[in-house]
Amino acid sequence: MARDVRLLEHTLEPGTELAAFAAAHPAAGGIASFIGKVRPDDGVELLELSHYEPLTLPGMVALAEEALGRWALDGILIRHRIGQMRPGDPIVLVAAAARHRRNAFEAADFAMDHLKSDAWFWKREKRAGEWRWIEPRAEDHADLARWGRRTSV
Amino acid sequence: MAVRLVFLGKLADLAGAPEAEVVGPLDWNGLIEALPGPLGEVAKGEKVRLAVNGAVLSDKSALAAADGDEIALLPPVSGG
Repeated sequence: MARDVRLLEHTLEPGTELAAFAAAHPAAGGIASFIGKVRPDDGVELLELSHYEPLTLPGMVALAEEALGRWALDGILIRHRIGQMRPGDPIVLVAAAARHRRNAFEAADFAMDHLKSDAWFWKREKRAGEWRWIEPRAEDHADLARWGRRTSV
Repeated sequence: MAVRLVFLGKLADLAGAPEAEVVGPLDWNGLIEALPGPLGEVAKGEKVRLAVNGAVLSDKSALAAADGDEIALLPPVSGG
């Protein structure tokens, strides 16, 4: 299958996922991948991601389809965690398989920029026992502008 | 049957619960009146979006929900 998109409630194992993705696309000339992890910033104990079932996964699937339409890819994989994570835990994995590397790099970069700022996730972090919601960042909108886009969510 | 309200992100904290039910039918003014505490004012903010049964409304004031529908109140998504 060209696109393989899932939300994961428990663990994300990038090595296992990437091995399976590579096996599914034996004809690809290359695979570019990105793993996002919970930053071990000062005092963060837990990060919690919440989502809204009717919007979040359909939005991620639409993003994968857009990447497939924009670059010549053999396949694209997106995994995103929801629930609680600790510093160092993987949150997101994107991989793009293509005949040629530039398409794979660009598609993975495009998918990450949109997952960061244009996907239906809400995050809060716990520091010193206190939960705090994380607000949107201006840099994320600038990242999207690279692709000629504004946020849609 | 009722209209189910779903509060996402920090709106759940403001509402005091992740969900609520109100009697339909419900339009935009009816929703604002039905929202608890400070949520009515917050929902009017331009950055809060509404979805009805999984479809995001381009114009919140055009809300028209009936019993059995689910309205989600969506604050801005968090940055990276």
